[in-house]
Amino acid sequence: MAEKRLDEATNTETVGHEWDGIEELNTPLPRWWLWTFYATIVFAVGYVIAYPAWPMISQGTEGVLGWTSRGELAREMDAARKQRSEVVAALARTPIERLDPESPLMRAAISGGAAAFRVNCVQCHGAGAAGSKGYPNLNDDDWLWGGDIKAIEYTLVHGIRQPDGEETRFSQMPAFGRDGILSGAEISDVTSFVRSLSGLEPTSAASQRGSALFEANCAVCHGSDGTGLREFGAPNLADAIWLYGSSRDDVTATITNSRYGMMPAWGERLDPVTVKMLAAYVHSLGGGEDFIEIAEDPEVEVDEAP
Amino acid sequence: METVLTRAGIWLVVFTLAIAAIALAADGAYAIHMGIVAAAALIALAATVTRADYSAAANSILRAPADPSRYDDDPVRWGVIATVFWGMAGFAAGLFIAAQLAWPVLNMEPYLNFGRLRPLHTSAVIFAFGGNALIATSFYIVQRTCRARLALPGLARFVFWGYQMFIVLAATGYLLGATQGKEYAEPEWYIDWWLTIVWVAYLAVFVGTILKRKEPHIYVANWFFLAFILTVAMLHVVNNLDMPVSLFGSRSYPVFAGVQGALVQWWYGHNAVGFFLTAGFLAMMYYFVPKQAERPIYSYRLSIIHFWSLIFLYIWAGPHHLHYTALPDWAQTLGMVFSVMLWMPSWGGMINGLMTLNGAWDKVRTDPIIRMMVMSLAFYGMSTFEGPMMSIKSVNSLSHYTDWTIGHVHSGALGWNGMITFSAIYFLVPRLWNRERLYSLRMVNWHFWLATAGIVFYAASMWVAGITQGLMWREYGADGYLVNSFAETVAALHPMYILRAFGGLLYLAGGVLLVVNVWATILGKLRQEKPMNDAAYDAEADRPYVPAPALSAAN
Repeated sequence: MAEKRLDEATNTETVGHEWDGIEELNTPLPRWWLWTFYATIVFAVGYVIAYPAWPMISQGTEGVLGWTSRGELAREMDAARKQRSEVVAALARTPIERLDPESPLMRAAISGGAAAFRVNCVQCHGAGAAGSKGYPNLNDDDWLWGGDIKAIEYTLVHGIRQPDGEETRFSQMPAFGRDGILSGAEISDVTSFVRSLSGLEPTSAASQRGSALFEANCAVCHGSDGTGLREFGAPNLADAIWLYGSSRDDVTATITNSRYGMMPAWGERLDPVTVKMLAAYVHSLGGGEDFIEIAEDPEVEVDEAP
Repeated sequence: METVLTRAGIWLVVFTLAIAAIALAADGAYAIHMGIVAAAALIALAATVTRADYSAAANSILRAPADPSRYDDDPVRWGVIATVFWGMAGFAAGLFIAAQLAWPVLNMEPYLNFGRLRPLHTSAVIFAFGGNALIATSFYIVQRTCRARLALPGLARFVFWGYQMFIVLAATGYLLGATQGKEYAEPEWYIDWWLTIVWVAYLAVFVGTILKRKEPHIYVANWFFLAFILTVAMLHVVNNLDMPVSLFGSRSYPVFAGVQGALVQWWYGHNAVGFFLTAGFLAMMYYFVPKQAERPIYSYRLSIIHFWSLIFLYIWAGPHHLHYTALPDWAQTLGMVFSVMLWMPSWGGMINGLMTLNGAWDKVRTDPIIRMMVMSLAFYGMSTFEGPMMSIKSVNSLSHYTDWTIGHVHSGALGWNGMITFSAIYFLVPRLWNRERLYSLRMVNWHFWLATAGIVFYAASMWVAGITQGLMWREYGADGYLVNSFAETVAALHPMYILRAFGGLLYLAGGVLLVVNVWATILGKLRQEKPMNDAAYDAEADRPYVPAPALSAAN
């Protein structure tokens, strides 16, 4: 226990305690510290009066401003909805194939679609829509189920191979190896033939044997020349685009076990306008095809105005 | 001899139970953990039996030194070594996971992926590095400021070894995938129970020592240590109220579910920051800063007011971690206003630390340990301003879930907790091992600059990354649609992640200098170098109070 003394360096009195050589000065609380502390308390008191704060028996106090976080969210969402409402209303009443590609409405649809794509589609198709193994690239002009804007919209609404979807895009390639339709050697021959279509392998005895097998087993969907058939989502095998890989192993695996790519039916998850926007965006990426309208009864003129 | 037999018997029972638990284990992690327990029991058994034969040699391991005129510093010495060891492990793990975020190819499944290594890093630095530093310095400080040796010396040793056991079980659990999934409270139920036992023993040793003090008053550092130990005990127990699925498996389910569970978790999580990383380390500050500066504490009055206001306000601030969630608005409001009011009480500690240098500011130029302490207090002040600011809802709506939070945590952890611990270690090592001085004060200076530069890179890159991320997430185009996808925000942050890892590398390099310096000092080496200033040490004064009658009897 030390005596109180005056500290020379600061000209302040000590408290008179001492522990292991440590003393304490009797400096008063710094005024700026104290007043700032009081100010934060005053702010806190004001804030708890203004905003929901004190827990009562069944619910908290509501605050004099009547603010709630749910209310704020609803207001912000309303404002955003209002901002978009004109475009949304116009899109809702316009069939997608009637959208003029040069119109401001189409531009609005594409940018809305780009935003929806970032939230819903990038997980599989990638941020740039370039896809990856098993997930198609949407920038090119190679379309499994059709690339005009209405076909894209249909694919989006109904999805691909959705178990409960009556109108979903559906086809199923047989698992030629797993189900014993073709032997291992036969699959090897078909693989040679398929790869020779796009020049990945030169024509050989194997590919010629495979050609006959292809005609008998595959041509019904993929066509004799292997260029595919959109009705069945059967890919073009004669081009350089390979959804599941073009190596011998990849192609062999595809023929042996088949593939069964799926996409959700976005019509069940998103509103029709958002789906339209997505279709417009995907169509705009570069490979979109023109929509050619064929009237059910060719005698009846198609309405030109939307 | 009887006590040896009893103790050996207890260890044998523990060993047998652990082996039985391995046999009954429902999952691999539990079996491996029980294997670790069995191994530890076996080592303890061997040590107990050996001690009977070589009691004098092993005296220091299991009992206090016989000389009552010396402080009981063995657990402190082990604690300093453990602090340095776990610190390096934690820093290295942090650098590695920072690199994993920049280059995801470094994720090695399943044991060394980011998800398992991240809690390993946080627990290693907070609980292993920070915890050992707190236990060691509290044992050192409480003895000196009470002028009394540790009460219950055997229990003090149990606290040290028991705490290391907790660390090993927790760390291996993370790698094996045994986790509760609660941030900073990941260890599973049986590890929680073990830590509870160790912590109660810690409380007993600490309070016991205060009770046998020879000083009339309790020094402010001990108030903070006591607040830290008591509150952490309460937080740990409440947040870990779980129901084990089986006594022989590592899984458990929490008692609190949904939003209640989240609130309890962040009441715990925030006060782990408040009482572990703030109150505990303020206690260190209150002893080592005046000792190293050789100046009185700036204001006794401030220490009282800021202590009570800090511990009263901190405990309510947790809900600010749950802004804009399912937590009711009223709880969010209270979390925010208590955090705002916490600003000045937190700064009280900074003022008291920095202003203690009044009359000794020249030492910032000449004494690298003081410089480290000043930088530590500066980072403390900065992050305790940043914290209340980030708790304000409109700021939080930008900063929440972004890397800003990570930057905030690290300016506090690397700057405040790291630097004050390093300076405490540099203060302690020559005194504990009875060396003339540190191996090299110039190395301390290098450590200071490496660590400071590392923190600047870390904090600055994470501020930029966090604000970029927050702005990109919320960015709406003129047409009313979101502009960025999540993956695009991740890609934008890549350069910042590399800079962050670089900052971590600098900080780790400073840690290497710490290891070399501590190692060489313990070995008794002195580096030949141009001298730098250090605080004086009087070995004669560094003794507990021995009652006068004992002395006169000796006469």
